[in-house]
Amino acid sequence: MDNAATTPLRPEALSAMLPAFSDRFGNPSGVHSVSRDARRALEDSRETVANLLGAAPSEVVFTSGGTESDNMAILGVGGRRGKVVTTAVEHAAVRESCNSLGAVVVPVSSDGVVNLDALASELSSDVSLVSVMLVNNEVGVVQPLAEVAALVREKAPGALLHTDAVQAFAWLDVADLVRVADLVSVSAHKFGGPKGTGALVVRDGASIRPVMFGGGHERGRRPGTQNVAGALGMAAAMAATVATRDETLKRVSALRDRLADGILSSMDGVVETGARDLKVAGNCHLRFDGVEGEALLVLLDEMGVSASAGSACSSGATEASHVLLAMGLTREEASSSVRLSLGYATSRDEVDLSLEVIPKAVSQLRRSPG
Amino acid sequence: MKVLVAMSGGVDSSVAAALCLEAGHEVVGATMKLWGGVSDSGCCSVADVEDARRVADKLGIPHYVFNFTSEFNEWVVDPYVAEHGRGRTPNPCVECNRRIKFDRFLDRAIKLGFDAVATGHHARVVRDESDPGGGRHLLMRGRDPLKDQSYVLAVLSQYQLRRCLLPVGEMTKGEVRDYAGNIGLGTALKPDSLDLCFISSTVGRDGFLAERMRLHPADLVDVRTRDVIGRVPAAEMVTVGQRRGLGRGLGPGREGERRYALKVDIASRQVLVGSSEDLLADFQPLERLSWTSHPLASGSAVLAQTSAHGPALQCVVEAGGVRFVKPERRAAPGQTVALYDRDVVLGSGIASS
Repeated sequence: MDNAATTPLRPEALSAMLPAFSDRFGNPSGVHSVSRDARRALEDSRETVANLLGAAPSEVVFTSGGTESDNMAILGVGGRRGKVVTTAVEHAAVRESCNSLGAVVVPVSSDGVVNLDALASELSSDVSLVSVMLVNNEVGVVQPLAEVAALVREKAPGALLHTDAVQAFAWLDVADLVRVADLVSVSAHKFGGPKGTGALVVRDGASIRPVMFGGGHERGRRPGTQNVAGALGMAAAMAATVATRDETLKRVSALRDRLADGILSSMDGVVETGARDLKVAGNCHLRFDGVEGEALLVLLDEMGVSASAGSACSSGATEASHVLLAMGLTREEASSSVRLSLGYATSRDEVDLSLEVIPKAVSQLRRSPG
Repeated sequence: MKVLVAMSGGVDSSVAAALCLEAGHEVVGATMKLWGGVSDSGCCSVADVEDARRVADKLGIPHYVFNFTSEFNEWVVDPYVAEHGRGRTPNPCVECNRRIKFDRFLDRAIKLGFDAVATGHHARVVRDESDPGGGRHLLMRGRDPLKDQSYVLAVLSQYQLRRCLLPVGEMTKGEVRDYAGNIGLGTALKPDSLDLCFISSTVGRDGFLAERMRLHPADLVDVRTRDVIGRVPAAEMVTVGQRRGLGRGLGPGREGERRYALKVDIASRQVLVGSSEDLLADFQPLERLSWTSHPLASGSAVLAQTSAHGPALQCVVEAGGVRFVKPERRAAPGQTVALYDRDVVLGSGIASS
């Protein structure tokens, strides 16, 4: 139940990648036939990815994943003069990149939606970059990107709009939603692709400075021999995701409702975080009064349910979530929260196991010790 | 038993986990993240968590990280700063054991269904053979006299002792390292941590305190003549009993004796100094007394240890403290004084003035 962290590899992605680990091992930059073959695989993948993201192939830069895409976009634009504006609920990759540039942080509502009035008041002609995520990684709330874009174009016409769409692709018609953005980050392993592969869409005309230097790969925007297998895997996973998205959405949102409603009705002192109609289908975010999320995760792990709380920092400790605090939760409320995230591969059995063990674990933790 | 091992990433707690497994327990490891600020390797940095996790992987046990940074701040770091602000010299490792490792951590372990916690401390918990019911547990010095950590555990109670295992207390440090090496643990040769985990060597204790409190320069006042004979930049940094660092230009006393800090008075901005004999006392007042088994009656003969590896001094328990058999150098206010009967820890108190 931790599909927002990562998802199992889709079989289509695995079979697409296998040749790159054997016959198609070439370096796509070379001049000979072995290279040509690898380059064809890479560029075919780029076309697929571009097509499914609503971009031109020349606008797609392959990266090592969401974090690199976010850094490349933000540091690549923000290196210029000008103000950077972002929101209080971004993923660490965006938040820390923006922090390093002294960005202005716009608050969100108690539902986790960016405050458009506050955003508007920060926009002016001296803004160089606005970064607003499409879907929040913790509470699953979808941001009104079209309205954000309209404000940016009106009040800060010189600014580029970046969106971190890492959590969105599995659930939303991203190609359509990000038409308004200049820079778009995606990550393959969030929708059944391999880890270590992502992409940044850089619209033609939106120039960014490279943050790494080396050979002229990826049109000078991202040096380093390309991960051909990763690109093949991402393209295949994207295609499979889009082909089955309607069916997955319907199935997973029913499972999520079954899970959330089941837990909410089975015990007292449970609160759902974020309005369900503002969220993607796979997100179920719950707060259990009087329970430490960190302890709950340990018990659930033992009982066979993998969940997550807050955002794990690099040491693996659970930090009080900045997203929940930004939504107005107290520190105590934030640390009694757990995220259950469903994905394309989540089965009804997994949901039923969660429904069985979560109330048990919560009541064990609510009993006083000794 | 189900045992939750507090794994710091060091060799002692790595071996503690291995020994618990060897003893047939169901073992889970957990690393406490205690300090969110700057540190050296310390006991809670990311690198140490990785070391602990790697050991847990090799042992084949689950491993978790518990974030107790806010509790650590509230119960260990803030009181540490406040005590220095009162001119006292606290022992934060003792408070961490009292409030965090054997309270917060133990409490979570019990809630999670564990029977006991284990740590890598060099001390022993043994069943008291003389107790008719057999339920009483004794806290004893570790086998390795050079590494004995019973002093910092002297705040534990029966409730805690019944629920804790200290398996490396039966071994010398050399044996611990050999054991770790023999089973291929990467932490076998990791150096011992010596300093406070929340103070980095680059900032140091003085820098750490200076960032968190207002420091007051103080006069050094001769205890006999009442003359001002020198000055220190911060009274809060002075420890009773300290000789070095009492300001430049402070020569020897009249008879050429060395001079020691006798008393720190922040309010009057004075540090009294005198000879080593002026530090001697018959009575050591104690507060916040805590007993491993039961309160000792007045008149009980015990040994008092006033620092982590100091000598055990003969004394007798009295109301409000202990009376030394012969005058001894008194403990700096704020320091833990652990009370022993030979190798058995009876309890402890905090030195008051």
